[in-house]
Parts: sequence; structure tokens; C-alpha cells
Amino acid sequence: MKKILSSILFLSTFIAAFAQETGQAESLFRQSGKIYVVVGIIVIIFLLIVLYLVRLDRKISKLEENQK
Amino acid sequence: MKSIPNIWYKVLTVLIVCYVLAYGLLINLPSDVGNLDETIRNLFYHVPMWFGMMLILLAAWINSIMYLVRPSVKRNIYASELTNTGILMGLCGLFTGMFWAYNTWGKAWTNDPKLNGVAAGMAMYAGYWLLQKSVSDPERAARLSAVYNVFVFPLFIALIYVMPKLSQFSIHPGSGESVNFKAYNKTNNMELVFYPAVIGWTLLFVWISEIRSRFQLIKYKKNNEENTVKHIIS
Repeated sequence: MKKILSSILFLSTFIAAFAQETGQAESLFRQSGKIYVVVGIIVIIFLLIVLYLVRLDRKISKLEENQK
Repeated sequence: MKSIPNIWYKVLTVLIVCYVLAYGLLINLPSDVGNLDETIRNLFYHVPMWFGMMLILLAAWINSIMYLVRPSVKRNIYASELTNTGILMGLCGLFTGMFWAYNTWGKAWTNDPKLNGVAAGMAMYAGYWLLQKSVSDPERAARLSAVYNVFVFPLFIALIYVMPKLSQFSIHPGSGESVNFKAYNKTNNMELVFYPAVIGWTLLFVWISEIRSRFQLIKYKKNNEENTVKHIIS
């Protein structure tokens, strides 16, 4: 589980870095170059929600096993 | 690893949604989007809620039909839980849409065929939810709500998709004579984020409904065991 989560984290930072290279800073949105901070925070929040879902999923699996 | 069933689509969900969250904010926009400006990025968040809702409600509809063809607890639970998450997705789309409308059109609710159709449709699905809660016999409730769902889904699609397309005037994109997002897409790569967004968000809500369905199944089995035990004792 940890392996998958860390690889996802790694991949998401890769995506952000890749976007940084290709994105041209013409638009108002990226003028200060700090939109990446917001993206990072949104992704972190999403990953924590996913972690919560994963734990819920495993708990349910445990209940299913107990019932058998 | 064994304890999470169907892990492949869950990993896919996380990857796709991370990609959508990051790229949706970072992608270069076309310059001809009018007064939408940067809010065109909502295409990756608001619109997939509706697409996903339609897909999930379609799955619920199919499960309801399968229940009526061959009644089983599993089909009933799948249908009702998929409908519940479908309604949740619809509410996500509704509230994000109201916020976006307030900032673009100046009003949270315009008198538009698309919006009014959605209001009526959500009320119909509230009826589905109420129907399930109000019938005390579980088998009766399952059968009634399956029949109701079979009727409601085509009506819902007609209200939110077909009617706005037929209407003379609509301010909402993708209906009537109004602008279409396809008009912008040709000059840029917004499709590269939009289609994954639809897939990713839908899968996320499928995951949620899977967890809820499994929980309901456990609950059902437990109740069943208790009932049989009581029966034996008495």
C-alpha cells in the first residue's frame, strides 16, 4: 500500500514539474508563478481524502472476511 | 494488497484525478472564451459532475432493470447506492454551477430550460429516495423503487438533456442555440484534460458507491443472521 501511495505522490509531483516546464507564463493566472503552490495543496488534500477512502475500503474488507 | 478488491481501477482513479487537478489549473487556455476567462477551467470540474452523474444513474437504471428481471439483494443494493451517489454528484454539479453562474451571469439561478429541468429532475430523484425510506417492508420497497427508477431515468435524461437541446433559447452552453464548448476546443488541448476528467471523477464516485454497497450488503447479511437466530430461539 505504501509503495503505491508513494509512487502516486511521486507521479503527481512529476506532473506538476512537467507542467511547469511547458506552461508559458503569459496568462494572468500564472503571472506570479505561485499557482503551483495551490495545485500542490489541492493535490495533497485530494490524496488525503483518498487515503481515508482506502482505509475505509480495508475496514469494510475486514468486516466481509469476519462474516464469512 | 489483497484487502482492497478491484484495486486497478482505484489506482487509475487516483492517477487520473491528480492529473486533472494539476493540469486543469495549469493548462494554457484558448483566448476566445469571452467573459468566461479563467473560469473556463470549470469545464474540468463542474461539467464532469453532470456527465458522471448521468453515467452512474445509467448504471443504477440497468441494475434496477436487472433486479426486476431477476430479483436479488445485490442488484437492489447496487441500484440504490448508485442512485445515491448519482444524486450526490448532481448536487455537486448543481452547487458548483450556481456558484459559476453567479460569477458569470450575475445570478445564481437564471430562468433557463437546462437549470429548471435539473431542478425538476432532482426533485424526482428525491422522490426515489423518499420512496425507499417510506416503505417499511424491504422487499416491497426494493420492488417499488426499482419500478420507479425504470421510469424516472429516461424522464430525467429528457429533462436535463433533450429538452434544453430542443428549446429556442438557453443561456447555458451545450443546449439550444447557445455556444458549445466544442467551439473552443479545436484550437487547443483542453480535450486532453476534459475527457480524462469525466473518466476520473466518475470512477471516484463509482469507488464511493462500491464501498457503500459492500457496507449495505454486510448490514443485510448481519440482519439476516440475527433474524434466523431469533427464529430458531422462538
